[in-house]
Amino acid sequence: MVGIKAYGGYVPRRRLPRSVILENTSWFNGALKAYSKGERSMCNWDEDALTMAVEACRDCLDMTRPDDIRAIYIASTTLPFTDRQNAGVLGTALNLGQNMMTMDITSSQRAATSGLINALSVVQGTGGSALFATGEHRRSRTANTNELMYGDGGAALLLGSEDVVAEYVGAGQIAVDFVDHYRGQNSDFDYNWEERWIRDEGFMKIVPEAVQAALDNTGLSAEDIDHFVMPGTIRNIASMVGKRCGMREEAARDNLHNVMGEAGTSHALVMLVDCLQDAEPGQTIMVIGWGQGCDALIFKTTDLLPTMANRQGIKGHLAHRKEESNYNKFLAFNGLVEQDGGLRSETDKQTALTTLYRNREMVIGFVGGKCSQCGTVQYPKSRICVNPNCGAINTQDNHRMAETSATIQSWTADNLTYAPDPPHHFGMVTFGEGGRMMADFTDVDEGGVAVGDEFRMVFRIKAADEKRNFNKYFWKAAPKVQA
Amino acid sequence: MASGIRDKVAILGMGCSKFGERWDCDAEDLIVEAYAEAMEDAGIETSQIDAAWFATAIEEVHVGKSGVPLSVALRLPNIPVTRVENFCASGTEAFRGAVYAVASGAADIALALGVEKLKDTGYGGLPQRGSGPLNDMIKNNGSAPGGFAQLATAYSEKHGVDMDTVKRAIGSISVKSHANGVKNPKAHLRKAIPLETVLAAPMIAAPLGLFDCCGVSDGSAAAIVTTPEIAASLGKQERITVKALQLAVSNGVESAHNSWDGSYFLTTRKAAERAYKEAGIEKPREQIDMFECHDCFSITEMVTMEDLYISNEGEAWRDVLDGFYDADGEIPCQIDGGLKCFGHPIGASGLRMLYEMYNQLLGRAGERQLKDPTFGMTHNLGGQPHQNVSSVAIIGREGA
Repeated sequence: MVGIKAYGGYVPRRRLPRSVILENTSWFNGALKAYSKGERSMCNWDEDALTMAVEACRDCLDMTRPDDIRAIYIASTTLPFTDRQNAGVLGTALNLGQNMMTMDITSSQRAATSGLINALSVVQGTGGSALFATGEHRRSRTANTNELMYGDGGAALLLGSEDVVAEYVGAGQIAVDFVDHYRGQNSDFDYNWEERWIRDEGFMKIVPEAVQAALDNTGLSAEDIDHFVMPGTIRNIASMVGKRCGMREEAARDNLHNVMGEAGTSHALVMLVDCLQDAEPGQTIMVIGWGQGCDALIFKTTDLLPTMANRQGIKGHLAHRKEESNYNKFLAFNGLVEQDGGLRSETDKQTALTTLYRNREMVIGFVGGKCSQCGTVQYPKSRICVNPNCGAINTQDNHRMAETSATIQSWTADNLTYAPDPPHHFGMVTFGEGGRMMADFTDVDEGGVAVGDEFRMVFRIKAADEKRNFNKYFWKAAPKVQA
Repeated sequence: MASGIRDKVAILGMGCSKFGERWDCDAEDLIVEAYAEAMEDAGIETSQIDAAWFATAIEEVHVGKSGVPLSVALRLPNIPVTRVENFCASGTEAFRGAVYAVASGAADIALALGVEKLKDTGYGGLPQRGSGPLNDMIKNNGSAPGGFAQLATAYSEKHGVDMDTVKRAIGSISVKSHANGVKNPKAHLRKAIPLETVLAAPMIAAPLGLFDCCGVSDGSAAAIVTTPEIAASLGKQERITVKALQLAVSNGVESAHNSWDGSYFLTTRKAAERAYKEAGIEKPREQIDMFECHDCFSITEMVTMEDLYISNEGEAWRDVLDGFYDADGEIPCQIDGGLKCFGHPIGASGLRMLYEMYNQLLGRAGERQLKDPTFGMTHNLGGQPHQNVSSVAIIGREGA
């Protein structure tokens, strides 16, 4: 029985109310006012598809690192690297070792669901487990409808053949080169066609075909579907399609438009994780992936589903909300305005790839050392133990620092240094299992930081080397997600 | 323990340029300004100098690397010139090199000169530069005030002194230094400021406001050292000798081991302990007459007052508010105005501090002159509280 062994989700903490967007854009396009309700999630300046995927995977793995993971996939159309495997960075960040298959899946809003079908068949064939992640950080022009419709987010699923919380029942797939929107190579933004055509000729005709194929392949009927997970920014589209397919009216899931917007390729899995957080054991879920055709996957939850209760998932992250009322910040974080960073921002940020390779576990994986002689945990890992009463040489074993608590010993809010979101908060944090570091903070509330606060380390962009188009990643301390 | 440096080396002459935004000057001009005064004071010719030590920290924004810039600027007669850099202790390091050369007998007369031309970066504050490819990957973003501001949060937490009191105490430190700086023609900032202004200043890095930060300026200072015997033979009747020169450097414990609480400078304590021992000083609060400490930020000065064992731990704020460190207090601190008023041309600062102590000991400090000082101490702290170098130097009247 292959299926989902665990799930995780991620939604950036910042939420931009659509009313804030409209205050700044409706002067140009009054028709946008039709979308004034709710809010969208937005990445902090240091988040992207990859960082969100890392956090979703950490939520999914819940501090464990199963040793039978044989593959890592990441699906997204907004990956930070076009030619440097993003799944490889993901695996390094998670300390999952190197004896596995890693793969990026991209180029369509359907990448996540098609990739997932594929990954499930591989797991079925090879055994072991696989980690399937998504993250999407979509950009749009100011005053474009997409700006109001889109959101940022990610999800992760651990796939396997034992102890699954949702069994994979089967799928149906339809391939049609129906171009409702596209983004060409080197383009920053999507180009969209008329919504009414997309609804009538696209969703209403193509999705039912895939749904039927999935039902035919699994021997189920439309009425068996308890949860119909279908992304789509057209109002009530899931209900309309569900009805046409003969599903029960209550099956159609909320598309989370009001609370986060649509997270592109990630959104099918974002909605699936949100659904799994609601579902009861023994329920049947159909997940739709749309984009130049359609995927329809069917899962059936098992009695193990309640064991997932400690995941934050999508619901926990949605609750960990921080409202952003500054539209200009949204523009700046998304590179949509020419901002003067000041002379201090001009410092060269070249990365020595040789140094990064030697220290990839330390930098990307946040691996420190633990002295086998005295037990002292330390970061960075070094040749001679830092404990003044030890000093043993070459005794340090790798020690993962990311999953322990990080308590603030001292901190400041720095207005002088260049930071994309000033004042820059940073401070000395001490780790639960020993060790400490002077760490950058992120996602903090100004005025809301205090000595003794327990934070959590998160994988983020340390700095963007814009000259060479290279994101530098490292770990920062952030307020804990408390749902 | 080694016999130490006490009374083995005398200061033959010192010089100090005017500090400030010297838009009219290159580093060369500043070097020559400090050097000319030192040479006149020493009463010697360039050909009598056997070796030189040249301090500059952020050389990439002015002179570039090596001893060559000093040798060229002063047309030194192809003598050994060593360029030293050790963060904010660079100036004192140059002095240490020169003093050790004389003490060893390798040189009869040696020159220590520090310079920094900082005001060619296009912006205020210290230049921020990379710190090597690996450090740049894992080191936090943050300015100098951001690092030092954290002393205040840790100090407040550890000693249970509320932040308002800490702010008032460190604000009073800046008020005191500004009052002293008014009387110093070589200082960059020469304006008295009231405490209200300090407390109302814009925040740079919480809780440090604008007036909690020292200025950034251009400047140079120099010392010429020799043996007491040669100094006597050159006609120096009143001789100021080196009593102690110590340096302590972090080894990663503060930054990576949980034994350090973030509220004090581990290195300064070590350097001070060794310096007092070297100088034969047993009760610093009674024996030290004056000192210049590294007031890059007001909180640094307050914490250092304790780390130099002048104030008891957790009580410096009280001494400050009681006026203990004022010009008319028990032990004046930053009688020349300190980094607060001189600004901090990094390579020059340690030597600038020694210049004031030297002039005070010789009774040449004009309006700022203190009554009959015997020992003067200087202190530098470079880097960040959690990873730094700290120097302590004590000079005094020969035989004291």
